[in-house]
Amino acid sequence: MAEFLQFLFSGLTSGSIYALAALGFAIIYNASGVINFAQGEFIMLGGMVSVFLTASGFPLPLAVLGAVLVAVVAGVLIDKAAIEPARDAEVVTLIIITIGASILIQGLVQVIFGKGQHALKPFSGDTPLVIGGASLLPQSLWVMAVSVLVVAGLWGFFNRTRFGKAMLAASYNRLGAQLVGIDTRRVWLVAFALSGALGAIAGALAAPITMTSYDAGLMLGLKGFVAATLGGLGSGVGAVAGGLVLGLAEAMTAGYVSSAYKDAVPFVLILLVLFFLPRGLFGSRAVDRV
Amino acid sequence: MSVRWKGLLGLAVLLAVLPWLLPNTYVLDVVNRIGINAIAVIGLNLVMGYAGQVSLGHAGFFGLGAYASAILTSRYGWPPLVAMGAGMAGTGLLAFAVARPILRLKGHYLAMATLGLGIIVSIVITNESAWTGGPDGMPVDALAVAGVAPSGEFQWYWLIATCLWVAAWLAGNLVDSPVGRALRALHGSEAAAQSVGVDIARYKARVFTISAVFASFAGSLFAHYVGFITPQVASFLHSIELVTMVVVGGMASVYGSVFGAALLTTLPQLLAEFEGWEMVVFGALLILVMVLLPRGLVPTVLRRWRGA
Repeated sequence: MAEFLQFLFSGLTSGSIYALAALGFAIIYNASGVINFAQGEFIMLGGMVSVFLTASGFPLPLAVLGAVLVAVVAGVLIDKAAIEPARDAEVVTLIIITIGASILIQGLVQVIFGKGQHALKPFSGDTPLVIGGASLLPQSLWVMAVSVLVVAGLWGFFNRTRFGKAMLAASYNRLGAQLVGIDTRRVWLVAFALSGALGAIAGALAAPITMTSYDAGLMLGLKGFVAATLGGLGSGVGAVAGGLVLGLAEAMTAGYVSSAYKDAVPFVLILLVLFFLPRGLFGSRAVDRV
Repeated sequence: MSVRWKGLLGLAVLLAVLPWLLPNTYVLDVVNRIGINAIAVIGLNLVMGYAGQVSLGHAGFFGLGAYASAILTSRYGWPPLVAMGAGMAGTGLLAFAVARPILRLKGHYLAMATLGLGIIVSIVITNESAWTGGPDGMPVDALAVAGVAPSGEFQWYWLIATCLWVAAWLAGNLVDSPVGRALRALHGSEAAAQSVGVDIARYKARVFTISAVFASFAGSLFAHYVGFITPQVASFLHSIELVTMVVVGGMASVYGSVFGAALLTTLPQLLAEFEGWEMVVFGALLILVMVLLPRGLVPTVLRRWRGA
């Protein structure tokens, strides 16, 4: 039982990170139909910038705030400089543009901060709590609590604010939204900024647990994409559920089956799901209109 | 003479004179790598350019070919050509088996599934170190046929150039065949193609399998040419490189594939001088080309040239 609890804790922790990553994918996908392969770099920026700001003497909250700002600026720049000029391009072209952005960001971070691996200091110590024989790091509690707050905040934004509702409307029908006066270019911009912020928060939260380096974003980003697809692209609930399922599946496989194949779990899972449910667990059952 | 044969003749002339124009063996080595990549890219372009299906996992097939050659020759003593053939057959079977469920998917779901397939292959190669040598990689024997093996960049050049020309010829044949017409039809509109009797699932599966075999062949060639391989050959980043070569060179263009492979294989070598800034420059160039020339270089230039 203690063993199971241990795997459960670790699965929920990484699952929360994947859920935040997946929400970033879902928000941009909903607003613009683009899968942003640079989402993982927002996470990496969150970790790396926090590490270097705390190292140069800033208190942790300011450092995380700075990291979020950097990622938001990166998101806005990607949208304005790379996505908006190519908004009518094909899916593959847009994928390559965001991959180009991802390589560019990695390159810049590598030039500025170097290639080394870094860990952020845990937010409130590293004395584990013992629950039912399993140990739980305080940082894991931070991860889960902040994730819940972020998800609640996003829910409020999309359901209770005027602009959030406008973003939802634009995701259902871009032309219709434009006709009723919604500025869809601003919707795109806010989506990229918001995803940047989400990614950076996830990155700062995870950095004390997983270490971070200039190339840490790739795998996290890909797993976020898996989580978003697992739940059904564009579904907020799906993204959160997909992230948690992924984290738990990974932790249980690592614990009971093989830790070497932990990283393969998300990809095997997504292939199986897509074979049987081509639009993910919560995706709409759309049909082709001719 | 048809346009197609003019193109193939042009390629043959280019390949025949090219080695005499190159200053040294270092450049010849880069050219050889371009040729190997171009074979894989021509295959990938059949899926992406003509059938309109994204594959973000083709390096997986490339890696399967490379490791089939490496493992079967060095650990089991198979003759290199037989090992290469076995790799192509095995890769083709795998591609055929997964083609139908995967190619039923569309857009980003298809991208996700192919990406996942490629990553699974690369994780297996990295983990099964008893056979593959793990992350450190493994050496590969020479490509010996009846005791004779190509040695040196110059001999390899002629071998690779011949293979490249044959690959371009085969791809051109396929594009001009009823299969090619069916593929372009389903690229235009799947529903319309289906309604006039094109069995879209079968054609998609077929072209996906063929392109996987191209990638496997290129992988085997690469393994023997370089003589040492690491799981890097099957990595996600290599898949992305191949896709980028297709798109930058130009979708649905065999010569675009060759040009894309040439450009994106040479670029990192040129950028190496920037010492650390190479990733920044590479990423920026990628964005710039895609924003300014979303059709890719070769088709854009041809369009201008023909005044359309």
